Amino acid sequence: MKKIVLAIGLYCSFLNAGKAQLSTYYGDSTNFKKRTLKFEEINIVSGYYVQDGNNSAITGGIGTEQLTDFANSFDITFSKIDRYNRTHTFNVDFNIDRYTSASSDNIDPLTKSSASRSDVHIYPSINWSVKDDAARTTKSLGYAFSTEYDYRSHGFNGGLTFLSKDKNTEYSLKGSAYLDTYMCILPSELRPADYPSGAHRDQAGIAYKPRNTFSGSFSIAQVINQRLQVMGIIEPGYQEGMLSTPFHRVYFSNGNHTTEKLPSTKIKLPIGLRVSYFGGDKLVIRGFYRFYVDDWGMMAHTANIEIPYKISPFFSVMPFYRVNNQSAAKYFNKYGAHDPSEQYYTSDYDLSKFISEFVGVGLRMAPPGGIAHVVNWNSMELRYGYYHRSNGMVGHSVSLQIKIK
Amino acid sequence: MKYLNNIFLWVVFVLVLSSCTTVKEYQKSRINDSDMELSSRKSEKFEQAFYLYREGASGANGGKSGGGCGCN
Repeated sequence: MKKIVLAIGLYCSFLNAGKAQLSTYYGDSTNFKKRTLKFEEINIVSGYYVQDGNNSAITGGIGTEQLTDFANSFDITFSKIDRYNRTHTFNVDFNIDRYTSASSDNIDPLTKSSASRSDVHIYPSINWSVKDDAARTTKSLGYAFSTEYDYRSHGFNGGLTFLSKDKNTEYSLKGSAYLDTYMCILPSELRPADYPSGAHRDQAGIAYKPRNTFSGSFSIAQVINQRLQVMGIIEPGYQEGMLSTPFHRVYFSNGNHTTEKLPSTKIKLPIGLRVSYFGGDKLVIRGFYRFYVDDWGMMAHTANIEIPYKISPFFSVMPFYRVNNQSAAKYFNKYGAHDPSEQYYTSDYDLSKFISEFVGVGLRMAPPGGIAHVVNWNSMELRYGYYHRSNGMVGHSVSLQIKIK
Repeated sequence: MKYLNNIFLWVVFVLVLSSCTTVKEYQKSRINDSDMELSSRKSEKFEQAFYLYREGASGANGGKSGGGCGCN
């Protein structure tokens, strides 16, 4: 712990030194409004997630779903005011996950450990926004990249936000496109004779398929009174390309088996509502509800409530509860139940009918002199949650966030 | 009937919006509290990711709604 505090302290000193250098370089005259690049904040988030269940899609809806994921994120934000008094904000976000998956090892059960036994997921992104106080608008652009062993993605997004004259209503319009490429790794027994396994030295001639996702969102946020604000959001989405996962097995009622097959397009319509209410002096109620429907026949209701309680102005306890109730996609059926005459089929239990619950608590510290007396170490948040799905899958999630400002 | 319930909820939402009062900047000490933000917390980042993988529904929560993650 001492080492962590020391490391964060040293890092903060480095940032202060950097700030001083930038001011020296650009000049620090009091006659001019400073237009130097200003450090805003750094957020470091680490998460550990573990799950287990007995409905793996790789083995056709039966078998272990054991998975562990250790994820780390580092994002840094800078801002600068231009000569038209607009605030430019630059954010760079770097994320890396390392996961191990027992079920993925069953893509090739004869070769322990196969291509997807464990993997590293790297996904950096950059975002730029321009806030114009005179016009009450914020425009933003972003790019995201994501790579895994069998997956690569380029994401683009843009947005426009407009604030009302009384600053109590905010309209926001966003669009995003993800252009993804999937390497078609097939289960070992279903590969054609000359088809590569996808292992490091056996990829020549393997098929790559596209998967593109486009979505737009429109939201309205409204301050209702001094204690209550709400936001409504609608986010239609469209996907095309290979939407099935090539190494998911499906077993038919006649005993044969093949790989999952799903339509090449999907239209989704989620509609969400957020509410934040400040009760008394210490209690906040944060609520979220989402209605979701898609053209694969799935309908879902998701609700989340979090009640941060401020034990002191610098320390909060945040219990939370989330529930998701979804119907099955019309192409889902369990192991050995699909009819061979069906056009589309999957035994992926993520698309089955279930109720999932996530319950836990968060702790947040933000003392005025900084954590452990490191002035720039603004806050720290620790969260634990227990995830349970009505089909028996369980998971645990722990996250730690550190903010340096 | 389910659709009627949803329509009813949205009508209530619109009525709530239209009944709001103007809140001045100096009256927003509670509204500007960090816990009041109408978005997910940074510390929820990886929770949002496993919802995206483990559940069929996604979107309208400020995060990804599919794409860029090997999930649909």
